[in-house]
Amino acid sequence: MSDSQTTAVQAAAHGHDPALLHHFAEPQQQRDAASLGMWWFLATEVMFFGGLFCAYLIYRLQHFNDFAAASQSLSIKLGAINTAVLIGSSLTVVLAVNAAQRAKRNLLVAYLLLTLVLGSTFLGIKAVEYTDKFKEHHVPGPTFHFVPERMEGHPEQPPIDQRHAEMFFSLYFVMTGLHALHMIVGIGIFVWLLVMAWKGRFTPSYNTPVEIGGLYWHFVDVVWIYLFPLLYLISRHR
Amino acid sequence: MAMPNGPQGERENYLNKEYGVGSWLLTTDHKRIALLYLMSITFFFFIGGFFALLIRLELLTPAGDLVQADTYNKLFTMHGMVMVFFFLIPSIPAVLGNFLVPMMIGAKDLAFPRINLLSWYLYIIGGVMMLHCMLTGGVDTGWTFYTPYSTAFTNTKIVEAGLAIFVAGFSSILTGLNFVVTIHRMRAPGMTWSRLPLFIWAHYATSIIQLLGTPVVAITIVLVAAERTLHLGIFDPKLGGDPLLFQHLFWFYSHPAVYIMILPSMGIVSEIIACFSRKRIFGYNFVALSSIAIAVFGFLVWAHHLFVAGISIYAAFVFSLLSYAVAVPSAVKTFNWTATLYKGSIRYDAPMLYAFGFIGLFMMGGLTGLFLSALGIDVHVTDTYFVVAHFHYIMVGGAVMGYLGGMHFWWPKISGRLYPEGWARLAALIVFIGFHLTFFPQFVLGYLGMPRRYYDYSHMPEFQVLNVLSTAGATILGVGYLLPMIYFLWSMRYGKPAPDNPWNAAGLEWKSASPPPTFNFDVEPVVTWEAYNYEELDAPHPQEAPVVR
Repeated sequence: MSDSQTTAVQAAAHGHDPALLHHFAEPQQQRDAASLGMWWFLATEVMFFGGLFCAYLIYRLQHFNDFAAASQSLSIKLGAINTAVLIGSSLTVVLAVNAAQRAKRNLLVAYLLLTLVLGSTFLGIKAVEYTDKFKEHHVPGPTFHFVPERMEGHPEQPPIDQRHAEMFFSLYFVMTGLHALHMIVGIGIFVWLLVMAWKGRFTPSYNTPVEIGGLYWHFVDVVWIYLFPLLYLISRHR
Repeated sequence: MAMPNGPQGERENYLNKEYGVGSWLLTTDHKRIALLYLMSITFFFFIGGFFALLIRLELLTPAGDLVQADTYNKLFTMHGMVMVFFFLIPSIPAVLGNFLVPMMIGAKDLAFPRINLLSWYLYIIGGVMMLHCMLTGGVDTGWTFYTPYSTAFTNTKIVEAGLAIFVAGFSSILTGLNFVVTIHRMRAPGMTWSRLPLFIWAHYATSIIQLLGTPVVAITIVLVAAERTLHLGIFDPKLGGDPLLFQHLFWFYSHPAVYIMILPSMGIVSEIIACFSRKRIFGYNFVALSSIAIAVFGFLVWAHHLFVAGISIYAAFVFSLLSYAVAVPSAVKTFNWTATLYKGSIRYDAPMLYAFGFIGLFMMGGLTGLFLSALGIDVHVTDTYFVVAHFHYIMVGGAVMGYLGGMHFWWPKISGRLYPEGWARLAALIVFIGFHLTFFPQFVLGYLGMPRRYYDYSHMPEFQVLNVLSTAGATILGVGYLLPMIYFLWSMRYGKPAPDNPWNAAGLEWKSASPPPTFNFDVEPVVTWEAYNYEELDAPHPQEAPVVR
């Protein structure tokens, strides 16, 4: 009898969960491995975004006035709405994980759907923001042109270096673009989770995918929680 | 436990369980994936070696007469890129680590077998992109692709090479992720952290570097590609950027990357030294923790590559000091290996010869590293052959010596066959001699002032003798590298069947059959002994060790 057959027979004899993969001894081990794997993956993501944050912070300090002026042109209103939308989606993710643990299939499906709606809303608003930037010629490239808004109480503003303003928008697009890419991946994951939940695959003893998918979603949220103040808020002092 | 392989009625193992291309390309068995990696990295090793051979041939004469300047630039660039990203970084972790990490801790497989297969496919996709890039023009920036040359001036295939490295980098991240989770979560009952083989500690430290370093170079490549294609000003001073930032980000990964190459080798050497001197490794805890210390220090020394690039002198002081600090855990290892040999029953089999070779080469590579940490000397030898010789002593001398030693040590386990010992000892000797002959003259050349990356040195013909010696050594080294490939292949068909534990070595992997069954152990092992219990194994009346219960 081959090893795989032996394992299958043993599993059947002990009434093991069919979701238990052959190389794990017990479901708890499998769950712990998946969860630890996702945490380490998120650590690599921190370093991935970390390189960008590092570049942004260094240039922001080097070219303070230019970056401050350029960040004035971002819409705080849209950014704030998007922040609320994303935090709301994190809440629905937590509720979804909870529903999966309590075997409430319909509730789980509803929360996953709601998460998808909120995630798509975020991307929609982001698209509006990008369109505005495009119309204002704030997209780096040959047509780039930036005229700073006049700040109240600062009648004599120092001249703006166009290259550094352009650099601000370069970093803005790379950082938010990479974040949006992560959102799109997250939406892909959640569509898959939705299908699985619809089929009733998740049980109180097997819901790891919801949990680690949720971890990923929260991480993407946290990145935005840092992006929003760094790009939109902190240069707005008067 | 296992019957020797006979001509008929061979025991079922991971090699003969299934046949056919599909059973290999779709396998999730870590041992088969290790062999897929072995074939792939060997392929790239010989491509990179071919470039090295052309470089050495060009330098045989002072005049630039074999290739043109542009071709020469591409040769050393592609040599570096292929060897670093497609051979050295995956070499030991993806081949021996993949094969041995689960076996050494008593697991059936890595934690994520499908991700393991995915990492191989990513490696292959990256490798094919790199091959395509080379065949359609190549890159000429040096493997470091410094900006702004790489983003604004060169007209070679930067973006494609960058993407190839980006993809291969994710392969490396996934391997590291798998190892960390496996070591944390998949250890057999009784396999505590203090009983782990040092090979595992070394791979744990390596994986942390892969996980935390590689993403930084990945984002750096993204930024380089964005600057080159979309003209976003990040690194190019003409566009308002700062090239120094590129160097910081690049070396934040690429310095620790050296430890991705050397740490697994150190793990192998610890295994071999203990086995062939029949002693528990001296100072186990210190050797284990020194791996972690090297990984941590490795992240704090990157700016020593920037001493002449215009960083502040105070930053340079700090990075110089921290670079010296790396010597401490490295010396802990070297001294402990030496202390392990003391009063050991030493056998000079081929793996041990490679381990000795490793210690010798690593010591020279490491000590010249201290020269380079010193601010004054570094300025004198920056961008000379002194640097080239130094990092080849570590990355080629050290890492490849360890890799070959490990391949010999575990070949009976991997293939189920014994390699010809006489040839193997000869090859170890040839590699050792060839290596010194190739790279020792380069220390002298560099100290006398020969710059790296020159294809024509006709204004300094006095350097020819040393260059001829180096090229002659490279030829010998090439023979030394070819030999093992030939007799390993030969032994797969004609080698004597290997017993389960030909070295009478400690370690769980030797308690399984040679070659092992698909899930590594017939019965889940329970560990009740310390690592390297050679005193117990060699006791006059050895108790049958409680292998499995």
